[in-house]
Amino acid sequence: MPRTLHVERPRDLDAALAALAGASERTRVLAGGTDLMVELASGRAAPDRVVDVWKVDELRGIADEDGGLRLGALTTCKELLASELVRARADVLAAAALEVGAEQIQNRATLGGNLGTASPAADLNPVLVALGASVRLASARGVRDVPVERFLLGYRRTERAPDELICSVAIPPRPSGERRAFRKVGTRRAQSISKVVVALAVVLDGERVASVRGAAGSVAPQIVPLPTLARELVGKVPGDELLERASRACAREDAAPIDDVRSTARYRRHALQRVLRSVLAELRDRSG
Amino acid sequence: MAQAIGGALLRPEGQGKVTGRARFVADLVPEGAWLGGCVRSPVAHGRLTGFDFDPDFDLERVVLVGPEDVPGANAVAMIELDQPLLAASEVRHVGEPLLLVAAPDRATLAAALCAIRPRIEALPATFDMQASGEVFKEILIEKGDARAVLAGAERVFEGTYRTDTQEQMYIEPQGFVAFPPAPDGSVRVDGSLQCPFYVQKALAHALGIAPERARVVQAATGGGFGGKEDYPSVLACHAALLARAAGRPVSFVFERHEDLAVTPKRHPSRVRHRTAASATGELLAMEVDVLLDGGAYTTLSPVVLSRACIHAAGAYRCANVRIHGRVVRTNHVPYGAFRGFGAPQTCFAVERQMDRIARGLGIHPVELRRRNMLRVGDRTATGQRLAESVGSEEVLARALAKTRFDEHDWCGPRPRTSSDRKRRGVGFSFFFHGAGFTGSGEELLKGEIAVELLASGQVLVRSASAEFGQGTLTMFRAVAADALGCEPEDVLFADTDTAEVPDSGPTVASRTSMIVGGCLVKACRELLARIEARVGRRASFGADARRFFAAGGDPLATATYASPPGLAWDEARYRGDAYPAYGFAADVAEVEVDLDTFEVRVARFLSAVDVGRALQPQMVAGQVEGGSLQAIGFAHLEVVTAHEGRFLEDRMSTCIIPSSLDAPPFEVELVEVPFSGGPFGAKGVGELPMDGGAPAVLSAIEDATGLHMEHLPATPERLMDAWLCAHPEEEL
Amino acid sequence: MSAEDVELSFSVNGEPRRVAVPALARLLDVLRDELGLKGTKEGCGEGECGACTVLVDGEALNSCLVPVCQVEGCEVTTIEATGFERVQAAFLEEGGAQCGICTPGMIVTTRAWLEGCARRGEAPTLEAARRALAGNLCRCTGYGKILASALAAWGRRP
Repeated sequence: MPRTLHVERPRDLDAALAALAGASERTRVLAGGTDLMVELASGRAAPDRVVDVWKVDELRGIADEDGGLRLGALTTCKELLASELVRARADVLAAAALEVGAEQIQNRATLGGNLGTASPAADLNPVLVALGASVRLASARGVRDVPVERFLLGYRRTERAPDELICSVAIPPRPSGERRAFRKVGTRRAQSISKVVVALAVVLDGERVASVRGAAGSVAPQIVPLPTLARELVGKVPGDELLERASRACAREDAAPIDDVRSTARYRRHALQRVLRSVLAELRDRSG
Repeated sequence: MAQAIGGALLRPEGQGKVTGRARFVADLVPEGAWLGGCVRSPVAHGRLTGFDFDPDFDLERVVLVGPEDVPGANAVAMIELDQPLLAASEVRHVGEPLLLVAAPDRATLAAALCAIRPRIEALPATFDMQASGEVFKEILIEKGDARAVLAGAERVFEGTYRTDTQEQMYIEPQGFVAFPPAPDGSVRVDGSLQCPFYVQKALAHALGIAPERARVVQAATGGGFGGKEDYPSVLACHAALLARAAGRPVSFVFERHEDLAVTPKRHPSRVRHRTAASATGELLAMEVDVLLDGGAYTTLSPVVLSRACIHAAGAYRCANVRIHGRVVRTNHVPYGAFRGFGAPQTCFAVERQMDRIARGLGIHPVELRRRNMLRVGDRTATGQRLAESVGSEEVLARALAKTRFDEHDWCGPRPRTSSDRKRRGVGFSFFFHGAGFTGSGEELLKGEIAVELLASGQVLVRSASAEFGQGTLTMFRAVAADALGCEPEDVLFADTDTAEVPDSGPTVASRTSMIVGGCLVKACRELLARIEARVGRRASFGADARRFFAAGGDPLATATYASPPGLAWDEARYRGDAYPAYGFAADVAEVEVDLDTFEVRVARFLSAVDVGRALQPQMVAGQVEGGSLQAIGFAHLEVVTAHEGRFLEDRMSTCIIPSSLDAPPFEVELVEVPFSGGPFGAKGVGELPMDGGAPAVLSAIEDATGLHMEHLPATPERLMDAWLCAHPEEEL
Repeated sequence: MSAEDVELSFSVNGEPRRVAVPALARLLDVLRDELGLKGTKEGCGEGECGACTVLVDGEALNSCLVPVCQVEGCEVTTIEATGFERVQAAFLEEGGAQCGICTPGMIVTTRAWLEGCARRGEAPTLEAARRALAGNLCRCTGYGKILASALAAWGRRP
């Protein structure tokens, strides 16, 4: 049954918020198009309204904020890779951006798009959770900040109300001495959707673990934080045996993987455990 | 004059490809063309009782074609006639065509396809080839008395090897443009294809017209690999039926999703080996049982089985061989041609079996091959004596010279620490591939090529051999230039159009250089002889040719294939000379396996290949590299799974092929052991590289991990399972 | 589902163009069907294969994923543009094109990458070429001769 699809193309933030003011669940926001255009072509998405925010320049920009970063929602993977500020303060986010699709996708896939789509396999989102990032949402009703961990609610479900627009992401300043890592296990070495994706951030105080934050994708309906790691490791010396135990407990308790077209639950759980153990060991052994 | 053979001519059709001006079928949009689509079965087996039409959709907006509208025979003309163009009552696979639809635009077509729902009463479906009772074809090859030797043998090695299906994934989806019939009933189709005369035959059969009235024109074709050998016959008929019904041109070009869902893929296989070997590694007896899943209809399965069986004992000498093969019906989408055509499946099995034997006897895998490999004068499993052009020792020597694999302690103990999360391994395979059609196939085909002299002194090659990247035109240009002694640029080509060219046979089976190229040489020699006789040779070919033309000489020379003298094949007993010649090759693969995730990275890949004569070395290397990467994908990366007869990986994002980052740097060593029956000594090369890559990679994985994998693809999931089986303490 | 047409102006291969099409029409379809530029090919329609790659303001994008409204005011470069001759010649000489369907996309991505290398003052390497072209799938060549073509094109620059 043919329906009319209404497309709006606001030129600035006020116009975008006005366009979204009357939005329903069937209103979609269009950023770089790497997700939505596929969904429209396949019929998976059948919105009645699309608000294209690509030309809203207020949604762009990479800036210092209180020693951390403020990243516009339309920041592309390519811009993350090219930014000296991002490399200096959150290099792990650039590492993740490098693994998103390949060149053509990286030129268009955005932070806001990754967050808004909320696919459990999104590559950037686990990094944002591990770094304690927050999302700034704006609407005609006002502005609010939501920690990314609370923003991602479930399978392709977010905290964003239909009339809200993802404006920017804030990444807090790096805790002193925090070491970060990102690891993606894809279906091939480029241009792939992850089977397991992990981001970790660890602070060592002398020999002991002072803090550990982590998040994983593709092992549950949404990105999951890895609280078991903190419980198992904080305050302890991360020797190989402890890392083995902690990664096992984490893979058993924090993940709920499934069988799907890309992989199996069994593989995902084991790969997650093994990757966590190896990445934690690598972070421990990293000098400086 | 520079010699073209062995040199590097630029592709005659290359400018069109690098500028985007080459016209693929999606680029052809005749004025007033409508779009074609198809209502298909959503279930694997059932009885079609009718259709429900959504009353809100006005059917007057579209044109429908059902089985009753097929003017000729409602059957796809292939080996058997069991596959209907449109299923009328019984539905045998997911995606089976039921009703054709033509519409003026994409939106109307999509709406029409949504508005028409088939009513099908589901019937029990068979998906397990081992449970099928219906045999399309059965073959038995026997030499000596394998069973007796096995019964009395001290040491018998057993193994069961499986390969899943594989998708050709040509980057250009299939498609045809069909024109409505002329008043005399003649039709024209343009499309993406490998075999114009196969399509002509199918159109004639379906439309009830003489073959000459069905004109088939090959558009630029973006990859085939066998995937466009048989299916175009189906699609062309569908498009032609719609054009006939609509009275206007119809463009029926698949989107990727439909192509992945309904076109034929590689036959899944289960191959069992029982081998008796002496303590020193001599193969005493080999018994092989080959089972292939043919899917719902016969298509090309008998020939795939044939090639699979003939290659099943490997490139080895063994006095006692018993090969039993069956291809059976299931309710899967019919399987069809894909580069290698049964040989990759059985080559995988025999090479893994050889590795098993090597490991079991404590003999180096290279030594085991050396002791048993076919050499000149030896007899194959079908009793064929290899009289010449056997490059087995040469390819082995070259591969070892470059890799020193014989000095590598394969599967030997290596000092390892627990922090070694990446393990390297090296593996090897040795294999051969018969060029041309099996047995009397080429004789029956009587493929023909013509060379026509033009007034300008240039020559026009008329051949049905399709160019789809392999370098057909470049090879023909080099062959004709050297056979005639003319400038390569003076060799021109008629369009691959059934109205313009004779039936040279299909562009398959690694036959184009050896068989069709061989005919080209004959035709060129005929032309030279005529010129010599009529006006004598005084100057350049061009000058003499112009004089000959001006003198009224007959400018058209044709040549038909005749098999080399002394070849004999017994189709009933499957004995004798299966192919005129065999290419030989040795692959060495080096991998790095991540022990956390079991991702496999192929770090290095070398292939030493005997093609008789490399007519255009860059083209030959291109075939070896491309075919080897497809084999590497087959080995560990390309997953295609069917669930209830429907492929789960039905988009390019889920049906994975290697990207540039998944490809190793390739090293190609070309070896030339000329074949007297091939043009300038050439044999075939197109399919050979597909056979050995997968066992070489799995051999390398075994060296790295100790895991003897027997099921392709050896995905990270399967490797993880095998590792945890061997290391249960690592289970969660 | 149908959308109202919008009027859009952008530059294609150096020439100003104006179209009236649905806002979310794929740039790929507008180039091929509205503007008759058939050199950009479709392999998958979902941004996976890269055969449809064009440059938008110098950046390589999958035109099957770009809604045409987003190129308003931009410079779109397709394989039909001038400036590809060095890369095209290299692909021909090095055997980088076999069946040709992925070739326009490969050449477009290669040009953008080489121009980026020149801007950054970085000499291209084999591994960098591999990564730069990872979004362009090829089934025929095994990539070796494509990468050689890309590096050879760099060597050919004036």
